[in-house]
Amino acid sequence: MSSDKPLVSFRNYSFQYFAQAEPTLKGIDLDIFPGEKILIVGPSGSGKSTLGNCINGLIPFSYKGEATGSVKINGKETSEMSLFELSKTVGTVLQDPDGQFVGLTVAEDIAFSLENQCVLQDEMIETVKRVAQTVDMDHHLLNSPFELSGGQKQRVGLAGVMVDDVELFLFDEPLANLDPATGKTAIDLIDRIGREYNKTVVIIEHRLEDVLYRHVDRIVVIHEGRIVADMNADKLLAEGVLPPLGIREPLYVTALRYCGVKITEDLKPASSGTLNYDRVKDAVRSWYEAQPALPEEEYGEEILRAKNIRFAYNRDNEILKGIDFSIRAGEMVAIVGTNGAGKSTLAKAVCALVKNVSGDFYFEGDCINDLTIKERALHIGYVMQNPNQMICKSMIFDEVALGLKLRGYSEEEIQIRVHEALRTCGLYEMRNWPVSALSFGQKKRVTIASMLALCPKILILDEPTAGQDYYHYTEIMEFLRSLNKSGVTILMITHDMHLMLEYTTRALVVNDGKIIFDGSSVEALTKAEIAEAANLKLTSLHELALRCSISDTQSFIRQFIHYERQIRQKDPA
Amino acid sequence: MNTKLFDYVERHNFIYDLSGVTKFLCFMIAGAAVMFTYDIRVMIVVFVVSVIAFFLSRITFRQIRVMVAYVAIFILMNIVLTFLFNPQYGVEIYGTKHVLFTITQRYTLTSEQLLYQVSKVMKYCSIIPLGMIFILATHPSEMASSMNRIGIPYKATYALALTLRYFPDVIRDYQDISVAQQARGLDLSRKERFASRIKNVLNICVPLIFTTLDRIELISNAMDLRGFGMQKKRTWYCAKKLTKNDYLSIGICVLLLLLSVAVSIFVNHSRYYNPFI
Repeated sequence: MSSDKPLVSFRNYSFQYFAQAEPTLKGIDLDIFPGEKILIVGPSGSGKSTLGNCINGLIPFSYKGEATGSVKINGKETSEMSLFELSKTVGTVLQDPDGQFVGLTVAEDIAFSLENQCVLQDEMIETVKRVAQTVDMDHHLLNSPFELSGGQKQRVGLAGVMVDDVELFLFDEPLANLDPATGKTAIDLIDRIGREYNKTVVIIEHRLEDVLYRHVDRIVVIHEGRIVADMNADKLLAEGVLPPLGIREPLYVTALRYCGVKITEDLKPASSGTLNYDRVKDAVRSWYEAQPALPEEEYGEEILRAKNIRFAYNRDNEILKGIDFSIRAGEMVAIVGTNGAGKSTLAKAVCALVKNVSGDFYFEGDCINDLTIKERALHIGYVMQNPNQMICKSMIFDEVALGLKLRGYSEEEIQIRVHEALRTCGLYEMRNWPVSALSFGQKKRVTIASMLALCPKILILDEPTAGQDYYHYTEIMEFLRSLNKSGVTILMITHDMHLMLEYTTRALVVNDGKIIFDGSSVEALTKAEIAEAANLKLTSLHELALRCSISDTQSFIRQFIHYERQIRQKDPA
Repeated sequence: MNTKLFDYVERHNFIYDLSGVTKFLCFMIAGAAVMFTYDIRVMIVVFVVSVIAFFLSRITFRQIRVMVAYVAIFILMNIVLTFLFNPQYGVEIYGTKHVLFTITQRYTLTSEQLLYQVSKVMKYCSIIPLGMIFILATHPSEMASSMNRIGIPYKATYALALTLRYFPDVIRDYQDISVAQQARGLDLSRKERFASRIKNVLNICVPLIFTTLDRIELISNAMDLRGFGMQKKRTWYCAKKLTKNDYLSIGICVLLLLLSVAVSIFVNHSRYYNPFI
C-alpha cells in the first residue's frame, strides 16, 4: 500500500489556537493511504480532535490559529482549498448525533449537502433513497429527529456524508453518545461501509476495546500534541504503550497482564475474537485459583423504597408501569436500560421532578409523597448529565451556596456548609475562582458540591462520566466512591459497563417501564438476556473466563475488579 | 409532551396539497389587495374567498384556538384604541359627517367612524385565514423553501427552518434546567413575589444560554462541513412542484388584487368608498 500516494499527509505540522498559550499539535508527521482504516486514540486534551479538524478543514477555516508545516489532501495543501472543496473528499460524522442533525426530517438531513450544491430535486430524491438503503434508514425517511434513537441519528449522519461520494470518512468519537450494544452495531456498520465501498476510514475514539471489535489497520496514539505511536493493534498492545498515557486497554488484556501473561504480538491481542486463548489458559486459571475469597459487602438499613410507581405524560403512553425497589443506606447502585426505557423518568420521579406520579416513596421509612421538589432535595440530590445545564452563578462559592441561600440559611451556616462541601469535592482551594476557569470534570464536581451543601443522604447522578476519557472517568468515579464510603448512598443512571462492573455492586435493569432485573451488576453483565434487554454487551472478561474453562465467570470478574482496585490503591494513576 | 413550534397535522385536500410557495404568494397578494383598498365591498369579497379556502383546508378549531384568542384580543384593543385616540378619523377621510349618537363632545360616534373601523377589522379578518393556512397547512420542511423561491435569500429563510428544527430542543433544555434549579430551591410558582420570580427565571436563563451557545457552535460546524452557504443558490429537497391548482389559486388572488385596484381607480376614484354621499 505504501507505494500509493497518501490521501492525507501531515509533514512537521504544528497548530496553535489563538486562544491557547501552547500549540495543541506539535510536529505531526502522518500519512494516511487510500483504503486504510485508522484509529486515532489519545486522552482528552491530547489534540486528537484537533487533528481530525485539520483533516476535515474546520482548521483553518472555522477555528483560527497559527499553523506551521503542511497538511495535504490528495497532494493539495488544505489551506489553499476551501471548506467546500474539502467536504467533497472528507466526510465528517460529528460526535453528537443529535446536534448535527440539521434537517427537519431524515430525508432532508441526508439531502442537506446536495441541496447546498444545487443538485436538482429529482436526482436528490433518487440519491437519498439509495444512500438511506445502505445505512438501513429507508423506512424512516419522513421521521423527525425526535422520533429516532441515537444510533439511528448517527446512521443518518453517515448517510449525509455518503451522498457526496467522499473518499475518506472521519468519525469523531462515534461511540460517545451510544449505549454499548448500539456502539457495537455502529462499529460493524462503519466496517462494512468502509470495505464495501473501499473507503478510507479514520476513527477518533478513546473507547479502544469497542472499536477493536472490528479490525483496524493502524492505531495512531496522540499524547500532548505529538504522535507517540503509529502501529498495528497487536503490536501496540504488546508494547504496552497505552496504560502510562491514561488510555484504557481492552479489559481482557489488562486481566492477562494481572495473570502474569506477557503480551506479545503473536498472541493476537487486538480483539477478544482473535486472541489465542490456548496459550493463556493455564496462566489465567492458576491466577484465578490463587485468589483469596472476597469479603462480603455490608450495608445499613433501608433508606429508600419505591412501591408501585406509575407515571405517564399522557393517557395512552405509560412510561413507568409499576416499579418497586428498595435501596439500603451505603449502597452504590446502577440504573441501566435502553433509551426510553424509563430510567431517567424514574430518577426524576424519585426527586419529584415530574408531577402526577402514582405510587409511594418512603425515605427512611417515612412516606415522602407530599414533599415538594424543594423539600425532597434536602434528602435526595439530583445531578444532571451536563454540568453546564446546572451552573448559573459565575463564582464557585456562589454556585455551591445558591441552594442554601434560597432556603434562607444564615451567612455563617452557609459559609460552614459550603466550605465543607468544597473540601469534600477537592475544590476548597478554588472557592474564589470563576466557574469558567474549570474543566468539565471540575464543573461536574461543582454541581455535586452544590448538592452536597444541602446534606442529602442520597445522590442520584445521570450519566456521571459521559464523554470522559479514562483518566477523568477514574477521577470522577473514585471521588464518587469516596463519597459513598463516607456514607452517601449513590444511584447512577449509566450505559457504561465498566462503570457498572467496577463501581456498583447492584444494578436495576429497567425495560419498558418495569424493573426486569434487580441483582448484582456482575450478574447483569454475564447473562445474555438481561444484557440484551438493557442494550449492554457481555463483558469481554466473561468470554475470557469461559474460554479459559472457568465456569463461575461472575466470581472471576469480581476477583479481577478487586485485584485492580488493590493495584490502583497502591499506585493511584 | 408536545414541544413543536407549529402543530402540523398531515392532511390531503385541495389546500394542503398546494405548494408552500402558492400559499405564501396567495397570502402576500391577497394581503396587498386588502391593504390597498378601503372599500368594504372588495374586502368582503376577499374575506369570503379566504374563509372558503380556510374551510377547504379542514383545519380544526382546536388547532387555531390559541391563535384566535390572541388575534381577538389584538383586534379588540385596536378597535378601542382607535376610537379613543382618533374618534373622528372616519369623518376626516370620508369628508362627510352623519352622527349616530353623542357620548361627549369629543366622543361622538358617526357612521363614517363606524364604517372606517369595521373596514379595518375586515382587513384583518380577510387576511388572517390565509396566514393561518400558510402556517398550519404547509409542511414545516417546505416553509423555508417557499419563502426562498419568491426571492427571500436562502440564508434568511434557512434560519426559519433551523428555528423549527431546534426550538423543541431548546424547550427541552429549558424544562430540564428548570426542574434542576427548582430542586435546588428556586421557586417559580405564584407563591413567590413577582420580583424574585423574575430573578429566579434569570437563574435558569444563564445555563440555558450557555448550553444553547454550545449547540450553535456544533450546528454551524455541521453545516459548514456539508457546504452550507458555499453557493449563491441552493435547491430544496422538500419543495413541491407547482400544479394546475397552484396556478389557479395564484390566479384567483391576482384577480382579487386587480379587482381591488380597478375598483379604486374606476369606481371610487380614490382608495376610499363613501356610501354616505
